[in-house]
Parts: sequence; C-alpha cells; structure tokens
Amino acid sequence: MEFFRIKRDIPFMRHALVFNIISLITFLAAVFFLFSRGLHLSVEFTGGTVMEVTYEQPADLAKVRATIAGLGFADVQVQNFGTARNVLIRLPVQKGVSSAQQSNQVMTALQAADASATMRRTEFVGPQVGDELAADGLKALAFVVVGIMVYLAVRFEWKFAVAAIIANLHDVIIILGFFAFFHWEFSLPVLAAVLAVLGYSVNESVVIFDRIRENFRRYRKMTTVEIINNAITSTISRTIITHGSTQMMVLSMLLFGGATLHYFALALTIGILFGIYSSVFVAAAIAMWLGIQREDLVKGGSAKKETDPNDPNAGATV
Amino acid sequence: MNRYPVWKYVVIALALIVGGLYALPNFFGESPAVQVSAGKSMVKVDAGTLVQVQAALKVAGLEPDLLALDGASVKARFTTPDDQLKAKDALQKALNPDPADPSYVVALNLLSRSPGWLSALKASPMYLGLDLRGGVHFMLQVDMQAALAKRAESLSGDLRTMLREKNIRHSGINRVGQTIEIKFRDMATLQAARNLVQDQLADLQTVDTPDGTEFKLTASIKPEAGRRIQEQALKQNITTLHNRINELGVAEPVIQQQGLDRIVVQLPGVQDTAKAKDILGRTATLEVRMVDESAEGRAAELGTAMVPFGSERYLERNGQTVIVKKQVILTGENLTDAQPGFDSQTQEPSVNLNLDAKGTRIFRDVTRENVGKRMAILLFEKGKGEVVTAPVIRTEIGGGRVQISGRMTTVEANDTALLLRAGSLAAPMEIIEEMTIGPSLGAENIAKGFRSVAYGFVAVALFMCVYYMLFGVFSSVALAFNLLLLVAVLSMLQATLTLPGMAAMALVLGMAIDSNVLINERIREELRNGASPQAAIHTGYDRAWATIFDSNITTLIAGLALLAFGSGPVRGFAVVHCLGIMTSMFSGVFFSRGVVNFWYGRQNRLKSVSIGTIWRPDGAVAVKAE
Repeated sequence: MEFFRIKRDIPFMRHALVFNIISLITFLAAVFFLFSRGLHLSVEFTGGTVMEVTYEQPADLAKVRATIAGLGFADVQVQNFGTARNVLIRLPVQKGVSSAQQSNQVMTALQAADASATMRRTEFVGPQVGDELAADGLKALAFVVVGIMVYLAVRFEWKFAVAAIIANLHDVIIILGFFAFFHWEFSLPVLAAVLAVLGYSVNESVVIFDRIRENFRRYRKMTTVEIINNAITSTISRTIITHGSTQMMVLSMLLFGGATLHYFALALTIGILFGIYSSVFVAAAIAMWLGIQREDLVKGGSAKKETDPNDPNAGATV
Repeated sequence: MNRYPVWKYVVIALALIVGGLYALPNFFGESPAVQVSAGKSMVKVDAGTLVQVQAALKVAGLEPDLLALDGASVKARFTTPDDQLKAKDALQKALNPDPADPSYVVALNLLSRSPGWLSALKASPMYLGLDLRGGVHFMLQVDMQAALAKRAESLSGDLRTMLREKNIRHSGINRVGQTIEIKFRDMATLQAARNLVQDQLADLQTVDTPDGTEFKLTASIKPEAGRRIQEQALKQNITTLHNRINELGVAEPVIQQQGLDRIVVQLPGVQDTAKAKDILGRTATLEVRMVDESAEGRAAELGTAMVPFGSERYLERNGQTVIVKKQVILTGENLTDAQPGFDSQTQEPSVNLNLDAKGTRIFRDVTRENVGKRMAILLFEKGKGEVVTAPVIRTEIGGGRVQISGRMTTVEANDTALLLRAGSLAAPMEIIEEMTIGPSLGAENIAKGFRSVAYGFVAVALFMCVYYMLFGVFSSVALAFNLLLLVAVLSMLQATLTLPGMAAMALVLGMAIDSNVLINERIREELRNGASPQAAIHTGYDRAWATIFDSNITTLIAGLALLAFGSGPVRGFAVVHCLGIMTSMFSGVFFSRGVVNFWYGRQNRLKSVSIGTIWRPDGAVAVKAE
C-alpha cells in the first residue's frame, strides 16, 4: 500500500505567505479568545473543592443545586460528568470552613435528599497550592522552550531553533485558544498534554530540518527553496503516517479513556493536527525567511568543496 | 552487512528475559489479604506473631492460601473478600484483647497473586496510584511560624527561671512574635543577662537597645537554630501522623516530607474517608500551663474582673471558665504517651502520662513549687484553645509518670488519653490539598486506562501490518516489546502508576511508532531510488537513526521539564513519558533492527523485502517488491 504517489516536489514554499497568514489569523484569534473569554481553570489552579457524586438514577441537577444552595455556599457549580448519573460539584474556597467539613457537609445533605448518592471522589486544593502550580507550569514551559532552542541551536543552527520554537509555540497558543473558546476545563493533565505536544511537534520540525541539512549536502545545485520543497515532499508521507498513528492512540484515549482523560486527549488531538501544519509549513517558511543557507549547515564542507569541486557527492555522508 | 554480532543478540535476549520476568507479576492480579503490623513502637512483629496469626486463623477455621512474614508485617492472603473480612475480625479479636488499646494494626490489603519464585526475584507488580486503587491523599502544611513562636515562648520561660536563679533583676520579660524582649534598669544587669544568654541558651542571639530610661535586650532565635526547630517540628508531626494513622488501620500508608514545611499523606484503599479526614484533620497541639490562682485570676474566673496581665481565659470542656497563665510549662513534644487506666488505690478511672527526660525535670520542679495549685492541660485546634483537664497538684511528681484522676468516668478517661496522645503535634498543620477517590472509581479508571492502551495499540499495529507488510509486523513486535520493557522498568523501579501515567503509556506508544515509520519510509525511499534490498535496509536504519535521536531528545526535554516542575498527576505522567521515550529508542531501533537482521540478514542474494508497495514516480510500473 502507498498513500503518497507524488511525482515531483510540491512547491510548498511558493505558498509560504498564505500558510503563514492563515497561521497568523488563527493565532490572533486564539490570543483574542484567551483574553476575552479567559481559560476555564480547574480547581488545581484556582483552589477550591471538586466532588464527584454518583446516583443510581440520572441525577436531577436542579435538585442537587437546591440542596447545596440550602447549605449556604456561594458560587457553586453543578454539572454532569461523563454520564447522566454522575454529577460534578465545584465549590470555591470558603473561609473558616475546612475542606473536610465542606465536603462532608455537602455529602450528608445530598444523601439526606437522595439516599442513592455515593461519593466517587473529592478533591480539595488550597489557594496557595494553586498559585504554585500555575508558577510551576510556566517554569516548565520556559524550560521546554529554552531547552529545545539550545538543543536545536547546537545540533543545527540558531535560525532553525528560532523557527521551530515560533512555529510550535503558536501551536500551544492555538490549543489554549480552543480551550478558551469552548470553555473547556484546563487542568494539570491538560498542561502536561500541551507540553508533551510541544516536544512532539518539534520532532516534526527536526525531521524536516534533518532532511534540509542532508539535501544541502547532497544536492549542491538546488536553491534553498527547492531544497526545502524537496525535504518537505520526501518526508510528508512519514509525517502524516506518524501523526496518524499517534492520533489513533489519542483517539482511543478520547473514546475509551472516560471523562477524566477527555480534555487531555482533546488537547493532544488539537496539538497533533496543528502540529503537522505548523511544524511543516510554518517552521520551514520561517527558517527560509530567516535566510538559511548551505553554509549555515554544511560546516567544514567549504575546504572540501575547494579540493574537489566537481564531485557531486561532496559533503554527503552515507 | 545486515548481521548483528552475537553479543547484540545476547543483549536482546537478556532484555527480553529480564523484561518478561519483571513484567510478569502484573499479569497475575491481586487477591484480598489481611496485613498485621505493629500498632505501637514497643510491639515487634516477628516469627512469634506469625505463629499467633496462624493459630488465630486456625481457631476461626480459615485457611489462607499464603501466610508469610514480610519485613515488619505478617500478610495472609485469601481467595475471597468474604474470608478476608472474617479473618480480619478474628485477628482483631485474637491479637488486640483490649480494643481501646490495640497493640497491632490489622488492616485489609491486596496482595499480588504472583508465585513465590517471582517474589523471591523481587519482581512485584507496578505500584498503583490512588486514582487507580482508591484512597485518600492529603497534603498538609506545617505552620512553621507558629512552631518558632512556640519555641520562643518556651525559651522565654527558661530565661525567666534562669534570671531568677542567678538573681539578675529585670523589669519584665515579654515575647513579641518570635523574639523575646527583656527590660533592665541599668546596663550592668543587662550585661550580666546577656552573658547568661550566651552561655546557657545557644539557640538565642541578642541585641541591646536603650528604651527610654530603661535598657532593653532583644533575644531572637538564631537562623540555624530556627532551621533545626523547623526540622524537628516536621519530624515530630510526621511521627504523630504515623500514630494517628495506625489507629485507622491502613495497610500501606505513605507519610512523606515534601519540601521544607509540607507533609504528604496517602492512605490507599481507605473506604471510610470521613473518619480518615476526621482523625488527620485533628490539627491539635498540646500545652501544659499553670492556672492563675492570684486574687485577680480568681475574680476573673468568676467573671467579676478583667483577665489579669500575663494570663488568658479559656473554657474547659464542660464550659467552665479557667484563667490560665501565658507561660508554657510543657508542650506536646515532651509528652511521650498517654493511656487510660485506674488509680491503684481508689480504683477511680485515670489518665496516665509519660514524659520525656526534659519534661520530667521541668514537671518535678513545677509540681514541687506548686503543691495544692491547679495545672491546666490545653489543646489548641486551629488557633482555638480548650482546657482538656485542670487537675490539682497533690504532691511533687518525679520520674516522669503522671497520673490524672478524680471526677472522671472511664469513657472520659479514654477520650482524654486519646486527645492527649493524638494532640502531641509540634506545630499546627492545615490541609492544603486533599483528594479522595472511591474504590469503584479506581477500578473503573484501571479499566479505562487499560482499554485506551489496548485498543490504541491494536489499531496502530493493524495499520502498520497492512501498510508495511512484514516490516509492519516487525514494527508491531518492536512496539509490543517497548510496552513490555516499559511495564518491566516501571515494576522494577516500583514507580507509582496513575491514570495520567497510563495515558502517557498510550501516548508514548503512539509516538514510539514514529521511529519505525521513519525507518520503513527511509527503506522504501532507498528501494525506490534503486538500491538493493540489503543496502536499502542498511542505509534506511543508518540514516533514520540521527533523525530518531534528535526528535526523541526534544520530546525528552519536554518530559524532563514536566518531571522537574510537575507535581501530582503531572509527575505521574512525566515519569512514564520519559521512561517510555528511552525504552522506545532501544526497542524501535536496536531491537527492531535485530529482528530484521535475523530475518533478512542471512540471505546473501536477497531479491526483495516485504515492505509494501514501492511506487516509482516515473510511472512505468508500480513494482511490488515482495
């Protein structure tokens, strides 16, 4: 079987401007939604209590709300979780009441209202922990960005490092934009997914950069644009098959992983789809505009070039 | 050129055997079990306990399918949960004749069903996190400022005694936050006091400032002493938590220090979460102080006058007012044990306290000087104090054994003892993070995580086999080997597997296949360009390796960042993610190459390889290289 029967190199770079304008628009939209709607942060970041309660019959949310309101807690959110029988209750941090008391009070009240109510899990996070988690998340992001840039700069060239990071960070912003737009819950596992995707889609850029470097060594007559087009064309089948395989796994998580893994898998799905696009088209285009040249990548090759200018395989490594 | 030297095959075979062995225990599942461990520090669990347990089970007519002494606990495994519960009751009765004062902790647990020879190899199944087995997780923050303030208070008491002993006259000692201020009439006495502090109280540093007509000496706790006090407070609290949790009867509690001032408590399998929270959340500290029996104090007690300076007003448990001096004589730190009992002469119920050496000394001095006066034992919960009991001192008490008796029922004596015992926290704590997972949710999470990994794996493997034919089969075998290795490494390290960890497992398998896709595509490309099959395999693997390495490094950087800065669920994800990337480099390249070499490497005149359609762009013929 072969899905990709490509006769000649596809001139991707001719449309570089279009790709980047599409990217820019999506990016700006994501930033706009992030600021206008904000992220719907989970209790891990905001502090508060989450309880998951299950009923034998599909739960009557209005009744649950009324029961909890009767306890005098303000700002309570009640929603279904996964199935109609499961209810997720979110209580903000209450001054003077310990988390243990809070969840016990709620549970007692719910059981008084409907004896079939059973507690599946509760989670309480104090406000001081939430701030730390947010700070740690940002630190982790910074570490990933710096780490990957340094690695790419050492292994390839700073222009590649800059291009890869711009392309993939804009992925991250787009994932966040989706979460802001649909008001999906942004929790710690989602943060982990976002960072994992960042590392993963940089892979794509690495594969293409690797090809570009190899092409520079192999085809000495080609222009930079041709070399990039050739590199993308010859790796496109691998890119799509790899992403397809990863997506199959993620899809399996989305379908069978249940409500807990739902947003995690969703973040991965968006990340993988945009990852292909941005790391292939955007990263390569940015690298092109930053002006990558043969000399940047084929180091030490210049001396060899002079000694044997007619060898078509000069600088190639097999 | 596609042959591995023998040692490489040996490495692969070794990895297969070791990986297989250590992954194996995970397939046997777990059986209900009862675990007996020591409930007190004096009690030792040894071969004698094993015999006792055996006898008790025999009497109850229960036959465990495994009974063994494992470290500091005896474990008995049963086939049904029914037997397990019966055994727990039987052991509870046999080993703890006095339920109010249990010597052993009898707890329900799950034990791996893996055979003895595997356990002998120290091969045990992966350790499941709370979200997979159910239980309670708490993170407690120790109030270190309170610990320091308390220490300053007790130091100021010491200082007062010392100044009196040395006859150094001062015009007032006061604790202000974590510092102690002492006022003097002249410089000479200040000097004398400062020398005394420097000689006797190594924990304090002093600064003197003129204060109007008087001289003020400000003593504060040295930073290094402060650190030591904080460490001790944390340790003391962890010990106290251990004791409290022993009351709960949990099989494998985790009580760990996290950072400088935090304690993580995990109680797997605890069903009665409300009770757990109740016992843990009892963030109480204990103090012994004298009751203010001056005329003003008496008057204030009756509510007819203001509370005198240097005293405070507290309520007794029955609602009676007690005026107590601010100076702390003893704290919970000096109390080693508290047990209910009976007075040997009057047969009245009593509470018997044991004090440590320092406590004994102080107690002897205080009681000698205050016979006939009252002493109050206060319990502070969340900043609110309450007098547990305020007995009259009848005689000087030496030897550190204190008996409180009179006006008490047996139940009250029990309650008081429990409160005193559990109340000996060095510093107050607050729950800042809490997670409770019901047991049914845990089982559901395992099933969901397992299904995600299994279905995803099957889908990817099927696709690979269809698309890349035999090479796809090799890739799928390598992927399965990766999963085996990952499970084996996680079991070996006894890393905690959580639901995010299972998600990472699925994700890492999805990413690991990337290496094989890269290799297979490269080989196809070489074939397309007209290379011979053997040469194509060789260059395919060689060229792909650099790319695979680079791309895995970037993924690993992200994984390491998560490991370094993540906590809780993120850490569980990151551990599996990082390990998975490393095992995937081994299985995806080294192992899969081994399989390919083994299959094709020996054939010198290899005409074609089964890697699916090799399509040539010149359009002439699509050659099916088979």
